[in-house]
Amino acid sequence: MSAVLEVRGIEKQFGGLRAVDGVSFEVRQGEIVGLIGPNGSGKSTLFNCILGQFEPTAGEVMLDGRRVTGLRPSQLNRLGVGRTFQLLQVFPRLTVRENLILAGQEHQGSMLGRLFGARDAGLSAEAKRTIEFFRLGHLADARAGGLSYGQQKLLDVAMAFMAGPRLVLLDEPAGGVNLTMLADLRERLETVNRERGATFVVIEHNMEFVMALCSRILVLAEGRIIAEGKPHEVRRNPKVIEAYLGH
Amino acid sequence: MRSGLAWAAVAVAVLALALAPLGLGRYDVYILTLWLVTAVAALGVNLIVGYAGQETLAQAAFLGIGAYMSALLAKAGVPFGLAFFAAGGISFATGLAIGFPALRVQKHYLAFVTLAFSVFVWLVIRNEEWLTGGVMGLKDIERPSLFGASLRPHRLFFWFVLAIAAALTFAMWWLVRSPWGRAFTALRENPVRAESLGVNVRRYTLLAFAIGSAYGGFAGALYAPLVEFIDPAPFALGPSLLFLLMVVVGGSGSFVGPFVGAAVAVLLPEWLRFAESYYLLIYAALVILMMAFCPTGLVGLAGRLWSLRRRPARIAEDEGARALGEAKP
Amino acid sequence: MADLLQLLIAGLATGAIYALAAIGFTLLWQTSQTINFAQGEFVMLPAFFALVAMHWFGLPFWLSALIAIGCAVILLGLVFKLVIVDPLIRQGVLPLVISTIAVGLLLKDGAKEAYSAEAHRFPSILPDRLVDVLGVKISLAQIGVLAVALAAIAALQWFLAATPTGRQMQATAQNPGVARILGVRVERMVMLTFVLNAALAAVASLLISPIYLVKFSNGETLGLAAFVAAIVGGFNQVRGAIAGGLLVGVVDNLAGAYSGFIGVSSSYRQAVPLALLVLVILFRPQGLLGRREERSV
Repeated sequence: MSAVLEVRGIEKQFGGLRAVDGVSFEVRQGEIVGLIGPNGSGKSTLFNCILGQFEPTAGEVMLDGRRVTGLRPSQLNRLGVGRTFQLLQVFPRLTVRENLILAGQEHQGSMLGRLFGARDAGLSAEAKRTIEFFRLGHLADARAGGLSYGQQKLLDVAMAFMAGPRLVLLDEPAGGVNLTMLADLRERLETVNRERGATFVVIEHNMEFVMALCSRILVLAEGRIIAEGKPHEVRRNPKVIEAYLGH
Repeated sequence: MRSGLAWAAVAVAVLALALAPLGLGRYDVYILTLWLVTAVAALGVNLIVGYAGQETLAQAAFLGIGAYMSALLAKAGVPFGLAFFAAGGISFATGLAIGFPALRVQKHYLAFVTLAFSVFVWLVIRNEEWLTGGVMGLKDIERPSLFGASLRPHRLFFWFVLAIAAALTFAMWWLVRSPWGRAFTALRENPVRAESLGVNVRRYTLLAFAIGSAYGGFAGALYAPLVEFIDPAPFALGPSLLFLLMVVVGGSGSFVGPFVGAAVAVLLPEWLRFAESYYLLIYAALVILMMAFCPTGLVGLAGRLWSLRRRPARIAEDEGARALGEAKP
Repeated sequence: MADLLQLLIAGLATGAIYALAAIGFTLLWQTSQTINFAQGEFVMLPAFFALVAMHWFGLPFWLSALIAIGCAVILLGLVFKLVIVDPLIRQGVLPLVISTIAVGLLLKDGAKEAYSAEAHRFPSILPDRLVDVLGVKISLAQIGVLAVALAAIAALQWFLAATPTGRQMQATAQNPGVARILGVRVERMVMLTFVLNAALAAVASLLISPIYLVKFSNGETLGLAAFVAAIVGGFNQVRGAIAGGLLVGVVDNLAGAYSGFIGVSSSYRQAVPLALLVLVILFRPQGLLGRREERSV
């Protein structure tokens, strides 16, 4: 299986602070990789470097063997990379359905087509499928701002999938979500992974969630990867335990 | 509002407007026409401010560009239709030209660039006497003719402007309902997320600014034959600021807001005529109060009052929705 | 050569005044994300306070000047912050921006209605005699303006760098969140910034009024000069505002004098700072002294 995502020697410096200090790893097609580490270990910064939010001070990001370092988020999105955000990022005034249509509309057709063409950019059917897949059917026409936190998170994940991405980076998808929704979310992610062959990288603090969902775990501490392996291996790794306890 | 009801309301409003001049005197018809022209420009500002979340301090300058362009072309014998689209086209292109560098930088830079542009345009209009008549302005601007009949009579001209304003409003409605409109809302609410979903925020913002400015040009093309004499005064920085205020007072981001705001802007000087020169003071003070207590403008205020009436039913509705949506703990 | 020196001094004098206005504007933006579109009116108004003190109450100039600064600090600093900015910043940036625009209109029209629509003369700090410096004749008044303005700027720089309060204000300007964690009383610093802005604007007002005359409509030109100076210098820092202000003043004066030379009619003099703005935005958007912002999107 080929590497969908390859990260080589990423460094990110903010003034005197080195948030990411030489990180390299690979994610193969169909994997669900977890990225864990204590607070301040650089996980979100690493994500932001991969996703074009920041330009890394050094290092390369390769998508399917193609250099994508420093491309803008919208460009990466068009190349098939989706993301969810740690802080909720849905569009509160649009309905759930509208949020999803928006998530998909920029991937197809042209600007002019979007101006003069169908109001829903032809995405109503796909939006409906996504809504049903994520079990948001009864909320389809509700304003996203009125949903509960857990529902908004689900919507956030759903939006990342509208464009049919090859790779999705999820930034703390489980944060603040109650147990029932959490099980739902995990199950949905596993299904998408199975059915569509989508590849995920997940940052999470919720150990149970991550260990259950991911096939491989990377542990980040102080900007560097200190351990890598299957969930049960990593859990017992003394360096990992020390990194967490040390904080 | 359900769509059928909304359409009926619009039809009634347009009909009422079309019939209004029959019962009104010359001056009142003039005011009504002025309101429509102002509303067209306000629609443009609303697109820029209310939908794309930017600030423009140059709408009066675009009005000026449109007005002088259409007046000069009319004097040169160019048919109104061409002049009208030329006015809009030039404003669109200019909007692209000044928006492009400004939007590359920090968010508020567009405000300063439009401020500078506004002053510059006014200087050109005032100084280039050979073209614009300078401070003396251009007079005897003719109203267009349609199929040989002159539109000079005030009622005919009003219906002409009404038709054009209706068409422009429809175009704006179409724009806002299209995927472009969705993108505009997204980039106002959450530009970071929008960008990560593939929305080219810079391109859409630029387009919103250019289209909004084009509406200023269109309004100018209608303004010149309405007032039949133009000089630099209505196109200075002050009026640009007033456009911004009127859109926000009406309710930025709502479709009806610009019409309400334009009505306030056109009618307030009339009502407050007794207060004469204090009207600007009163207006400014009211704007501040409104921003503090009801930033969604008059439309928002009306909405709030409306929902107050229906409150008991609304609460039950909201609770029901929440009960359905909430996951069991 | 002598002409050039005279123009340079005149330019630096007005430039230093613009710098005062630009510094306050920049500080407000940095510490509280307030874009004060009424900044021009803030520089227009205090001179009116002084005129009222002199002509309605018959007070001597030096006292009127102090009263003007005091009134400005209270009205344009304290009251502005408490009554306008605080309630409105809760509603978001756009309502605040709109409100500062409205405040500008209010002050402009207020001055016109309360005092008069005409231009008024204003006494300068030093008499407008010509002195001989190294064989060049320079206006004493201009030297006075330059001296006072530079002194004010120097005092401000000293305050920011050498006093604990000043350093706290700098910290707040650079990163309010971090400053708060470090124990800085951020709210107090923000209030201080508003007061400082009002004071700087008042000093600018007293210095520029002999040159521009006191008129209710001055705000537009002064505001534009302040904004252009702030942006040209680099929106991020006080040093930039100073550099920007001086540059705008010098370029403006030189262009006014040599306008025939560069083929631009003198009626386009106002466009010169605008041209500067355009050049900076096109070729060096972070300003002359600014840092490139980290890409935010």
